[in-house]
Amino acid sequence: MTRSRPPSPPPATLALADGAIYRGVAFGARCVGAGEVCFNTSITGYQEILTDPSYAGQIVAMTYTQIGNVGTNPEDEESRRPFLRGFVVKEIFHAPSNWRASETLDARMRRHEIPGIAGIDTRALVRRIREGGAQVGVLSTDPDQQEEAALLARARREPGLDGRDLVAEVTCDAPYAWSDPRWRGIDGQLPRAPRPTPSYKLVALDFGVKRNILRMLHEHGFDVTVVPASTPAEEILRLAPDAVFLSNGPGDPTAVAGVQAEVRRLVQEKPVFGICLGHQILGLALGGRTLKLKFGHHGGNQPGQDLATGKVAICAENHGYAVDADSLLAAGEAVAITHVNLNDGTVEGLAHKHRPVFSVQYHPEASPGPHDAAYFFARFRELVARHVAGEAVTGAQIAAGAGSAANERNPRRAATAALSSA
Amino acid sequence: MPRRDDIETILVIGAGPIVIGQACEFDYSGSQGCKALREEGYRVVLVNSNPATIMTDPEFAERTYIEPMTVDSLEKIIARERPDVILPTLGGQTALNLTVALAEEGILERYNVGLIGAQLESIHKAEDRDAFRVAMRNIGLKLPASGYARSLEEARSVLREIGFPVIIRPSFTLGGTGGSIAYRDEEFDELIAWALRQSPRHTCLVEQSVLGWKEYELEVMRDAADNVVIICSIENFDPMGVHTGDSITVAPAQTLTDREYQEMRDASIAIIREIGVDTGGSNIQFGVDPRDGTLVVIEMNPRVSRSSALASKATGFPIAKIAAKLAVGYTLDEIRNDITRETPASFEPSIDYVVTKIPRFTFEKFPGVDDTLTTS
Repeated sequence: MTRSRPPSPPPATLALADGAIYRGVAFGARCVGAGEVCFNTSITGYQEILTDPSYAGQIVAMTYTQIGNVGTNPEDEESRRPFLRGFVVKEIFHAPSNWRASETLDARMRRHEIPGIAGIDTRALVRRIREGGAQVGVLSTDPDQQEEAALLARARREPGLDGRDLVAEVTCDAPYAWSDPRWRGIDGQLPRAPRPTPSYKLVALDFGVKRNILRMLHEHGFDVTVVPASTPAEEILRLAPDAVFLSNGPGDPTAVAGVQAEVRRLVQEKPVFGICLGHQILGLALGGRTLKLKFGHHGGNQPGQDLATGKVAICAENHGYAVDADSLLAAGEAVAITHVNLNDGTVEGLAHKHRPVFSVQYHPEASPGPHDAAYFFARFRELVARHVAGEAVTGAQIAAGAGSAANERNPRRAATAALSSA
Repeated sequence: MPRRDDIETILVIGAGPIVIGQACEFDYSGSQGCKALREEGYRVVLVNSNPATIMTDPEFAERTYIEPMTVDSLEKIIARERPDVILPTLGGQTALNLTVALAEEGILERYNVGLIGAQLESIHKAEDRDAFRVAMRNIGLKLPASGYARSLEEARSVLREIGFPVIIRPSFTLGGTGGSIAYRDEEFDELIAWALRQSPRHTCLVEQSVLGWKEYELEVMRDAADNVVIICSIENFDPMGVHTGDSITVAPAQTLTDREYQEMRDASIAIIREIGVDTGGSNIQFGVDPRDGTLVVIEMNPRVSRSSALASKATGFPIAKIAAKLAVGYTLDEIRNDITRETPASFEPSIDYVVTKIPRFTFEKFPGVDDTLTTS
């Protein structure tokens, strides 16, 4: 009697520009993706990572060992579709156990034409990236394109992130209004503070914005209009906003076409808050330079220290570039560094000393990640409220917590206090 | 905040004998804690009735008392050693109960002994089901529907509100000893009587059954400056209805999305603040309805727990050692992280592996014992 053998798993190959080859098993779509390979250390939240537009142009490797356990669902999407070029996991799981799971990760990636590779030694891959720095890789799940030399040649040909305007690929086509709060889908979760009044009019420049940022802004009493990244400052000012938000987004901040001059203009006119790429673009607009990190910060447990208080928040971070502190301080604008990453001392926050402007490199909206830094949204609301009331409030004052309800001792409680008092 | 200089002698209460429901996990935490306190230059006095523990090796304390774990013997030790404070959070439920008894009999006051790690009020808020229920209501979290009973009549009236099956939990017992599940009237009366006998206060809780719900635990640490970090999440392979001690448990949690995990994390932080554990570790247990995600708080241990040992080993974060240092005044950002040696302890371990605890049952040594796993 012959036993029927299970079909052999479809092959997949990840080739790095430095010559490393990883052979594994394919999941998701059958195609070839190319991009800079980075790793993310989050244990939970692979669906949010998959749909975070900041990963455009990148192949993401998860350090956590089993991915797919909770499937995917329509609620946890951070944008209209995934923009990353490939997904790398140690083990892919096809039988989700979660009450919200509506589709497996495999099926969703297939639907969005994202290739995935499983069954490779992700620790070895991560070590290689940590030691050798970020580099371009090619991920092939196409059974006809598994040949090592061809994939390596392509990996060496493909561009990295430097100098590429990936924002143009992920930004929205036309302005739209956002009015959804954060998810409240669990019976028994902690109650959230009510949306404060009055509400303020906010224009968000979409460099690849994550939905949870828009949800947080809405919850903090902003009436949000999202506009494409290429919207000129004049047009934004014609909408008569009370404040402007610069969103997160993918890739090299210096490559975003024409945006620095527009942001310089906006900073002169309105309270401005930036997150991630928005923070880097603000740094550039204020005269600083940005630099590429060796392998970036991508994960949910980065230590971000607030220099005003010394307090350390557990942060969600996702960036491969950073604002260069020396160049920014030498540029002559009155800017203070407010936050640093304790692991390597990189700039994580800055604030203007004369204008109502501040920004943060990490992700106060989390998603995925801990909510500890959510107080930034309360600070922004406070800044806008005081500015609208005619006070000459500055980003630096807010960051220092001077006379501020959103103090740092207990961000969570302070944030609630700011919400109810605003 | 620096180390406290106003205290010199610290009394550490161990966990006593190894019994079912409380094993060598507390020896692991107790020895870690004693070592950390001695490193800081404090005079450590240790009480533990169990000589077969590492912590009672001579080098772990200035004075080691292998004496019965009773109020009487502890009073004699306190009279002789005159400790400034007691650290009650390393010796499991035994140490916590003894500390409460010492306070209630006026012994702490008589000898002017303070507490570090957890204050009486927090212990009461976490251990007394009514106080805990009120605390959870204050912050807007849910518990399974329940009622407190001091007699069979009271228990029956609670049952009428909730309906079968119900969980019956005696108050103030070791590791939930005496807890049971009642499905029918015939067994209900007997199980209530048993539970009341087990409880040192002759009280028990009759609770809505969340049998079959998913069960999770979070290991939480807080310092005197109100920094809070979650060391580890744990998911029980065996659902609610099988005691965590008997269950296969897995770290980190396996079947929560980030949104669900972060809601649980937020809830844990709110709980440790509301209960007021000022420094050190706590273990918080949640139940999740697998059908719709309903989240209920099961319980909170305001001390190093049996799961802390698993969480420490799973992540490399030495919970008991850090808890001891926090108890004497340090803050998390002042303590170096043992793993990286460069960054502060105010971080949350992110791991790239799974750790599983699989219990081994030696039922063959206990012929005739019912080998059904239940809530105790």
